[in-house]
Amino acid sequence: MTDALLTGLSLALTPENLLYAVVGVLLGTAVGVLPGIGPAMTVALLLPVTYNVEPSAALILFAGIYYGGMYGGSTTSILLNTPGESSSVITALEGNKMAKAGRAAQALATAAIGSFVAGTIGTILLVALAPTVAEWVVVLGAPSYFALMVLALVAVTTVLGSSRLRGFIALALGLTIGLVGTATGQARLTFGNPLLADGIDIVVVAVAIFAVGEALWVAAHLRRRPLEIIPVGRPWMDRADWRRSWKPWLRGTAFGFPFGALPAGGAEMPTFLSYVTERRLAGKHRDEFGKGAIEGVAGPEAANNASAAGTLVPLLAIGLPTTATAAVILAAMQGYGLQPGPQLFEAEPELVWTLLASLFVANTLLLVINLPLAPLWARLLRIPRPYLYAGILFFAVLGAYSVNFQWFDVALLALFGALGFAMRRFGLPVLPLIVGVILGPRLEEQLGQALQLSGGDVAALWSEPVAVVVYVVIAALLLGPLVLRLIPGRQGPERLADQVDELEEEVRR
Amino acid sequence: MSGVEQTAPAGVDRAQYGLAAVLAVIGVWTVVDSAGLGPGFSDQVVQPAAFGYVIGSSLVVLAVLLAVATARGDRAEGEAGEDVDLGQGTDWRTLAGLAGVLVATIALLDWLGWAIVGALLFAGTATVLGNRHWVRNLLIGAVMSVGSWYGFYVGLGIPIPAGVLDGVL
Repeated sequence: MTDALLTGLSLALTPENLLYAVVGVLLGTAVGVLPGIGPAMTVALLLPVTYNVEPSAALILFAGIYYGGMYGGSTTSILLNTPGESSSVITALEGNKMAKAGRAAQALATAAIGSFVAGTIGTILLVALAPTVAEWVVVLGAPSYFALMVLALVAVTTVLGSSRLRGFIALALGLTIGLVGTATGQARLTFGNPLLADGIDIVVVAVAIFAVGEALWVAAHLRRRPLEIIPVGRPWMDRADWRRSWKPWLRGTAFGFPFGALPAGGAEMPTFLSYVTERRLAGKHRDEFGKGAIEGVAGPEAANNASAAGTLVPLLAIGLPTTATAAVILAAMQGYGLQPGPQLFEAEPELVWTLLASLFVANTLLLVINLPLAPLWARLLRIPRPYLYAGILFFAVLGAYSVNFQWFDVALLALFGALGFAMRRFGLPVLPLIVGVILGPRLEEQLGQALQLSGGDVAALWSEPVAVVVYVVIAALLLGPLVLRLIPGRQGPERLADQVDELEEEVRR
Repeated sequence: MSGVEQTAPAGVDRAQYGLAAVLAVIGVWTVVDSAGLGPGFSDQVVQPAAFGYVIGSSLVVLAVLLAVATARGDRAEGEAGEDVDLGQGTDWRTLAGLAGVLVATIALLDWLGWAIVGALLFAGTATVLGNRHWVRNLLIGAVMSVGSWYGFYVGLGIPIPAGVLDGVL
């Protein structure tokens, strides 16, 4: 494995790949800082480059954007106090207080160095785990894969977000979009239009939902008074800050990675847990919580980045996306005809190891580039909003148009953009829809394969032990809250979003 | 989040009935479409219509559940963001302007080509969004659209159809 990683490293350090990594982390940080755009949207907008760039180069670029976006998000939440990505909501609690107290430089520094520490440990764990998981997964048959995909769909729908009903609505809409086309040999939901025969391109759906929907939503509610941005110098920390930061970094990593690696991953839960833990363990600094405690920035930021590394385990080893960005990266891999999972490690070892090695490179680049550049990134927050959102719409239309160079795709973009707007208006989560579009067709394929082997006997679906275990987990996810509510004296588990709200009020009191 | 509840008028979120209706229509349509499919190939164990039936009927059920929840006072929580101020109502004028620019883009794209339409798209949306320096907007848009045209052509080796500028670019 070390040999493979060293080979990967030598390939990742070729000038061309290094350039893609640099572009990726710069772009990722920029979009992480910029309001309104996140890494998922950016990767979606850049999907057209996959038509003409080597798979390894494109994946290095996307991985750089993913890691960079996590860095950039912390800058916004510390300096602006209106976090865009849900994963940096917690960082804003203490980070913005620190900035207001004149400690913005220390907040940015502990976020950046903590992200580096967490990203590096997370990537080491990824390198150690992903091949093992892939080897373990290779023996699984279609029934287990089918069960795992159902688990991924149920998990992203029920665990995250504030309303299960809305999660399932988004999921059903995504699966419906995934039906369109002639994959089964017959035209489904194509309205007799030959342009829909190949299905709706995921580039168009992703760009429309992420970019156009967001631009329309913001345009309809654009903040008229400018936001208060706290000026910042070069990030630095003194000895006391280091002493207070290093344990939260490690604990945050320990929370973030496992949650990222689970099918219901995401960064919300681990950042929340990390914050609560740090507050409990703060000892004599406990009073500072709510007024700008550095532990409250160090822990959640580390958790955030470790979870990003964690999400790559199920993505690479099984082919299951658990975050929006991972879902779009999966779409890019499918565009190349690459099937993530054990086959990928067998068939494309060079690609996999180059990607893994480039994650270390990207992580180091982020630290080297971002510590000195922080004041520059902060200036991005002042970009005039009309230009920002006009630019987003411009690149969204270009991205959709470049799929086939037909006006029809741009029309679809506008249609799904309207859907994206409606989803934001009605509080429908975006992730279940995107995952539904991507996994829906594969779900049908695996079900077909599983039943084909058994000659149509449905019992084949639970013929593998792994599948049975997964179905038990799914049942627990679906029924758990209902059962808990039936126990007298209990209200059932609180939604994470409510807990975060409560925490915010408690801290800001 | 908590600020929305204070400013939003109390009562039933009527627009959610509209969403439920749309979901029901999509669901019913999916079921009807699936019913119109022929039998699958002999080796196809999962019939092409099967997934359509399941997803379509789920949509209908979810639509009913949403309508019930709405009647019981469930309200949607609009998505927050850095540039989003949920304190004020929806700015329909800006939305209509953006929709107009997008429709014009779709209508003109094949005829005028990306280099021209892209510039108009950027200038149009920037102007609608509140930047009134339309000459400067047009210039920036032109630089971006021509730049992206050459970026695709030189960088990726993909010629974007040039429309009326065919031969000029």
